Amino acid sequence: MESLTWTGAAGPFLNPLLAVSAAVTVIAFLAEAVLGVLDKDRRVILDREGAALLSGGARGLASLALLGGAAGCLAAVAGYLIAGLVLEGPDKGIIGWLALRFLPVWVALGVLYSVSFTFRRRLGLYGKLFDSPIGMIGFGIVMFWLFTAVFADMIATHDPLAQVSGMKNKLPGTPVRGAGPGDFAWYLLGGDNLARDVFSRMVMGAREVLKIAPAATAFAFMVGVTLGLPAAYFGGRLDTTLSFLSNLVLAFPVILLFYLLVTPEIRAAGAEVPLWGGRVWTTSIPNVLAAVLFAFPIVFFVTLWNSRFRVRPGLRNVLVGLTVVLGLWMYSGLAFNADPAGVFGMDPNLLNVFVSVVFVNSPTVFRIVRGIALDIKTRDYIAAAQTRGERPWYIMLWEILPNARGPLIVDFCLRIGYTTILLGTLGFFGLGVSPESPDWGSTINDGRKLLSIYPHPALPPALALMSLVLGLNLLADGLREESLRD
Amino acid sequence: MGQFILRRFGIMLLTALCLTFIVFFLTNLPPNLEKLAKTQGNMRMTDEQVENWLANRGYLQPMPVKYGQWLGILPGWVIEGTDGKLRGKCLRRDTPPEAAPRFCGVLQGDWGWSTRFRDEVATIVFKRLSLTGWLMLAVMCVMVPGALILGVLAGMKEGSRLDRTVSTLSIATTATPEYVSGVIFIAVFASSAVGLKWFKGTATSAMDDITFANFTLPVVTIALYGMGYIARMTRASMAEVMTTQYIRTARLKGVSFPAIVMRHALRNALIAPFTVIMLQFPWLLNGVVIVETLFNYKGFGWTLVQAASNNDIELLLGLSVVAVFVVLVTQLISDIGYVLLNPRIRIS
Repeated sequence: MESLTWTGAAGPFLNPLLAVSAAVTVIAFLAEAVLGVLDKDRRVILDREGAALLSGGARGLASLALLGGAAGCLAAVAGYLIAGLVLEGPDKGIIGWLALRFLPVWVALGVLYSVSFTFRRRLGLYGKLFDSPIGMIGFGIVMFWLFTAVFADMIATHDPLAQVSGMKNKLPGTPVRGAGPGDFAWYLLGGDNLARDVFSRMVMGAREVLKIAPAATAFAFMVGVTLGLPAAYFGGRLDTTLSFLSNLVLAFPVILLFYLLVTPEIRAAGAEVPLWGGRVWTTSIPNVLAAVLFAFPIVFFVTLWNSRFRVRPGLRNVLVGLTVVLGLWMYSGLAFNADPAGVFGMDPNLLNVFVSVVFVNSPTVFRIVRGIALDIKTRDYIAAAQTRGERPWYIMLWEILPNARGPLIVDFCLRIGYTTILLGTLGFFGLGVSPESPDWGSTINDGRKLLSIYPHPALPPALALMSLVLGLNLLADGLREESLRD
Repeated sequence: MGQFILRRFGIMLLTALCLTFIVFFLTNLPPNLEKLAKTQGNMRMTDEQVENWLANRGYLQPMPVKYGQWLGILPGWVIEGTDGKLRGKCLRRDTPPEAAPRFCGVLQGDWGWSTRFRDEVATIVFKRLSLTGWLMLAVMCVMVPGALILGVLAGMKEGSRLDRTVSTLSIATTATPEYVSGVIFIAVFASSAVGLKWFKGTATSAMDDITFANFTLPVVTIALYGMGYIARMTRASMAEVMTTQYIRTARLKGVSFPAIVMRHALRNALIAPFTVIMLQFPWLLNGVVIVETLFNYKGFGWTLVQAASNNDIELLLGLSVVAVFVVLVTQLISDIGYVLLNPRIRIS
């Protein structure tokens, strides 16, 4: 079996097209930028009927060339993707095979976009996202990785942990030695230094990252909101204490904090407390932090229902009861690893990483929530609510919080990206995750040792992480633009 | 103003005390001490030997006592070990035990002894910090002018294609953490696989002799991450200034566009980015740790990683004091600078 080339049989036709279009795009862009800075604006001319028109000029020509070049680039990329779906076997090339492997993602993206775009007027803020090109692109990238994580089993070509002898550090497109008829015949993006498939590890890594980052961010928001609102609303000593504590955490160099919180030794430190069912809980720092931080969502929701439905005790009791039962059930599993039914549970390694990331993120959320709430507190509708005798927690959770949702949603997107970066940092320093784990940070860390000879194992996870965070940032930008508009 | 600075210094001192105590507490947990004993002594020590090793070196005293000794408000320990050797916090190899001072903590100017590097903490921190200082200086020289120019170019015509490109690029750089951009740079510019080999993939040689080839990649890697953020802030500030009445007046008077930007808009547009640049220092500190590890440049960040992974207690404490100092002083400077630059704001 021969090695795959990057572009396969379509390469000889499409590569020149791509090269020429790219060159035209770059030159036209530079020309337009320079002309723009020099302020050679188009002049207004009058045509025969006396209507005002803009003259073309050199800048107009550059704009035209820019559009043409960009269109050429897009056509070449589309050509690669289509060739990948149409051509046979080795003719597909690496890009073609990649396009084919991601087919479930393309289908899912297509369905999502067509449905959302059709009903975008009825979908509130989410629908408005489809009015902003930046937001649409960002949302597309984020959903690409989300669908990749969902369909990872269908996309990956090999077992991410399997080592195939003779495939160590092999270049992209190398045929797998001794592949049976049922196996995939190539390592699409090459092999890493332990002879595992780089492509499959990258795809599986998306699942690892997207399992932790959004959940950790959500927990950090619960903590930040539950503490930030009263700090801003009540002020005084509560505010001083909480602000000092959050500044204390923020003054820590993040990496030092990670080293101190995520070392395996720290999990063993502490007294052992016997729990029900023969389980034992250690009072180590991460476990105590988990016990404290995981309690916040329960507190948040109980206060939320209680403040709103205090005057309707029937409904209030049902909602609070449900929250407490469900919450404590999950809490016992997640924080104490002692779920009586055995449904919820968390690997101690994962718990350690999760808790540290939540702990690092929540002071920043606290500061943001506090800042916004301090501003909203002075509005007239808060004074009106106070005058009609609403309780403080009702005002905080049902007057201030809904009005702060715009900036908070934007920050939530940004923060998922930041959490992804933090998780990568942990992996980069080899902290908290098992060495086998395919998450992007550790894969980059594995690949960097031989980086100047074999760059291909480190690049795919690096680019994947970058594109996911970029997508989240663009999405946040689009949301900010659209939420400012109303 | 004087009272404000004094109060800020008080808070700073309190923060540093709390923070060092947290670090002290976490590094002195029994499993961490056991790890320290095993890496310093012998990997195959029995539990009893570990206990003796730690007791001989004063690690098994109560936590507040040890912290007091480190601060220098309690007399340093002197222990005659089970092996018959006399050890003490204040005893050094070159001075006889009688001549040693009773107190030797931070207050006396003694930052302790690094178990990882077998040297005085103060010496190590000073040496490593000066190496990182060069890196930071180079980063600032690249990042600040670059970000300001890009931000001004983008902000002077809001909505133009140049503006949109710069904005997207700055989002892209803020989305690229140092360990990603560093890896990409090494792969493209320093690897034999791509073959450009313009720069070196490691900066170890830059510790003695900084050259263009060995220092460019680390500097650009750190600068890029902060650059996008500063550029976006500058752009927002510039765009706001460009919509003000006096710029319109200048435009209607027929002043040329470059003259408007250079003479009228620029100075007012640069107030806001100043505070942002100051607040970037703590971020840079974080980036420095990653980049120094990636490029094997043995400065402050590299030392932090070494100290943390070897549970080198006194070195870690010294390093965290420096880190806290940098974070809090830059906050203070940015607050004061903001007030000085913007006469509309007063500190009460």
